[in-house]
Formats: sequence, structure tokens, C-alpha cells
Amino acid sequence: MSSVTLFPMSKVDRIQRALGFVALIGLLATVGFGLVWTPPDQFMGNLVRLIYIHPPLAWVGFIAYGMNFLTSLAYLWPRTRDLRWDQLAGASAEVGVLFTGLVLVTGSIWGRPAWGTWWTWDPLLTTTALLFVLYLGYLALRRVPDDPKLRARRSAIAALIAFIDVPVVYFAVLWWKSLHQAPTVLNPLTHKTYIHGSMAWTLLLGFVAFTATYAWMLMIRYRLGADEQQARVADVVLALHERQEEGR
Amino acid sequence: MFRDTLALCRKDLRVEWMTRITSLQVVPFAVVIVVLFGFALGPDPKQLRPAAPGVFWLAVLFSCILGVQRSMSVEMSDGAIDGLRLAGFDPAGIFLGKLLALVGELVGLEVLLSILTAVIFGVTLASFWLLVAATLLATVGLVAVGLLYGVLLASSRVRETLLPLLFFPVISPVLIAGTKVWQAALDRHVSTGIGWLELLGVFGAIYVAIGIVSFGPLLEDA
Repeated sequence: MSSVTLFPMSKVDRIQRALGFVALIGLLATVGFGLVWTPPDQFMGNLVRLIYIHPPLAWVGFIAYGMNFLTSLAYLWPRTRDLRWDQLAGASAEVGVLFTGLVLVTGSIWGRPAWGTWWTWDPLLTTTALLFVLYLGYLALRRVPDDPKLRARRSAIAALIAFIDVPVVYFAVLWWKSLHQAPTVLNPLTHKTYIHGSMAWTLLLGFVAFTATYAWMLMIRYRLGADEQQARVADVVLALHERQEEGR
Repeated sequence: MFRDTLALCRKDLRVEWMTRITSLQVVPFAVVIVVLFGFALGPDPKQLRPAAPGVFWLAVLFSCILGVQRSMSVEMSDGAIDGLRLAGFDPAGIFLGKLLALVGELVGLEVLLSILTAVIFGVTLASFWLLVAATLLATVGLVAVGLLYGVLLASSRVRETLLPLLFFPVISPVLIAGTKVWQAALDRHVSTGIGWLELLGVFGAIYVAIGIVSFGPLLEDA
């Protein structure tokens, strides 16, 4: 039956709890350093504080999609074919989409005061937005009910199609822009040259904290998926028994 | 494989010849889109002319979705695809045959549509070979992605709504590149168009290759 065991704690539960603890402490520390203990930027003022979360969010998006690609490949490769890879791929894409959405939102919040607009057709921005939609489609495809093995193969191939598309989209958008208008957009990363010691450390802390958060969320989502799968199988077995009882 | 490709292509084109779905439904639909864009952009030729390449390619994209859905529903109804597989058709041959047939149908549509767009948007079709090359390469890429997703969703009940969501983001490079080559061709800047042609070629090659490799496993699911 269902593997939901709240008590006693297994080894996996302990790892999950430890990860969650690290993530929580990391995020609290990032908030503390980012909002209180670091100085405002000489030019950007308090706006610079967004830099402690925006790049780490984007980074998590990239590792989430990278993980989705690798686990999909592992599923397609006959020797490593296992439904657990498929569940991991789905969990990673879900977390990735959430973080990409947050990247777009925090980017917009940065863009409005820094560039004077919520949105520009900058190559990185446009690619990120397309990435978001691409993987939303992938998640929608995953929700289509079917036999788990068929669904896994279908999803894995869709994941490959999406992942391979990302560099093509990026170059297309890059050339598309560069042909029309000089890339004069203010790049937030150029401000790194003025970055204060404590600011650099806070940014690094942000990366660590968000990566731990990703790992924690991935783990929870993966285990939830496995439980859902088991519950579904249990339901079918139960229904079968009931029909058999009726027949007697 | 090539024999299967040709046989499948002939079969699909014959189905089209008998039913005239593309010529009597999809082509008029594309015409309607171009005219509607004309309404949306207003009658000012200064606004219409720069928009012509984009409008043309958007109309092609929408038509391509319909073409793909039609092409897959022909195989899915009455278990036609099982017949093909039982007859020993190579999956890669099935993919290439359907690709060839659909590219053929869409190229026909594109010829008519380009003339119409040129007339009602007031542009002169220049740099003929650049236009032809771009249109062919872009269509191969579009149809390859479309068929891949088409077979991916073949057995699903939500394919009509899910196919556009999956298809459009992936083919956005084709829309960008196709529009750019057309602009370059219409402005007679042939050299700027060449780089975009390469992108279209690479895109088409990638997805035709994925189609050849993965059509077999995907057909098993369908």
C-alpha cells in the first residue's frame, strides 16, 4: 500500500529533513545579509539587493532543466531504463518551471527601475521566457493520463526536443537582436566590478541556499510522485479485489 | 527505407487528391489569416510592408498545425497505422514519407500565400532563390517538429489543445529566421539572409534526425 510513513523516520526522511534545514537556514541568512547587513550600491541603491536572489534563481532553473535532460536520457537508454528516472525528470522540470517563473518576475521588478521598462526583447530575457513556455508544455504533456511506461517514453522524448531547442532559440534571438539594434541594454552583471566584499559573499550564499532549496523541493516532489504512483496501483488492486468478491 | 518513404508520400498525396482537405480548407484558412492581419494592422502601406514577412510566416505556422493534425488523424483512424506496421513499413520511412508529402502540400500553399501577401501587403517579391531556399528549409523544420509532436500525442485525447502549446515555442527559431530571410530578400540584402538560411538548415537537420531515430519507438505507443 502507500509508502507514506510519518514515523519512525527512515534514512531518506532524515536526509530530506537535513536538506530542508540547510535550505531554510541558507535562505534566512540570504534574507538577513541581502536586506540588512550589506550596504546599498553606490549607483543602484537598494535595487542591487535583487542581485542576491535573481542570478541564483536562474542558476537553479538551469540545473533543474539539465537534470531533466540527463534523467530523460537515462530513461531512454535501454540499460538504465527505470521509471524512477522518469519521475525524477518530472519533479525536476516542475521545480525548474517554478524557478524560471520567479526569474522572470524578479527580472521584471529589476528592469522597471533600472531600465525603465518591465520587459525588453533582450536575448537572455526572451530565451528565458521561451524556456518557461517550453517546459510548461512539457508539464502539460506529462499530465496526460496513460500507461506509465508509455507516458515516460513520450515525456523523455519531449524533454529531449525541448532541451535541444534551447541553444537554437538563444542564437536565433541573439542574431535577431544584434541585426537590429546595438546591445546597449544595461547589464546587471557589469556591476559586479563594483561589488563590495560582503555583497559577493551574500551572492555566493544565495547560490548555495537556492541550490539546497532546489534539492529539497526535488526530493519532496520525487517522493510524492512515487507515493502517488503506489497509491494508484493500490487503488487498482483494491478495485480488482472488490470485483472478485462481487463475483463470488 | 527510401522505397517506403516514396510509397508513403504517394499514399498521403493521393489521400489529399481524393479529399482536397488542404486545398479546399487549409489554403482558404491561411488566406483568411493574412486578410485578418491586414485588418488588424490597418490599411496604411507603410505599416503593412514591414509586417508582410511576419504575417506570411504566422499564416504558414497556423496552417502547418492543421496539416500535421490532418496527417496524423489519417493514420490514427481505423487503425491505419497498425496496417502500415504490419505491412513491414520502416518507421523512419513512414516519418520521411509523411514529411515529404506534407512539405509538398505546404509548399504549394506557400506559393499561393506569398503571391497573395505580396499583392495585398504591397511588397515586391525579390531575390527569388533566397525566398525559395528559405521557404523550403523552414518548411522541412516545421513539418519535422510538427510530425514528431503529432505522433507523440497521437493516442491522446487532448492533442488538439496540447499540440499548439508544444509546437509553437519549439519552432520559434524558424519563425524568427524565416521572417528575417524574407525581410533580407525583399530588401535585396542577400548576404544577411545567408546566415539565417544556415540556422534554418541546422534546425531542420536536427529535428529530421530526431524524427528518424525516435519515430519507431513513438509509433509503438500510438
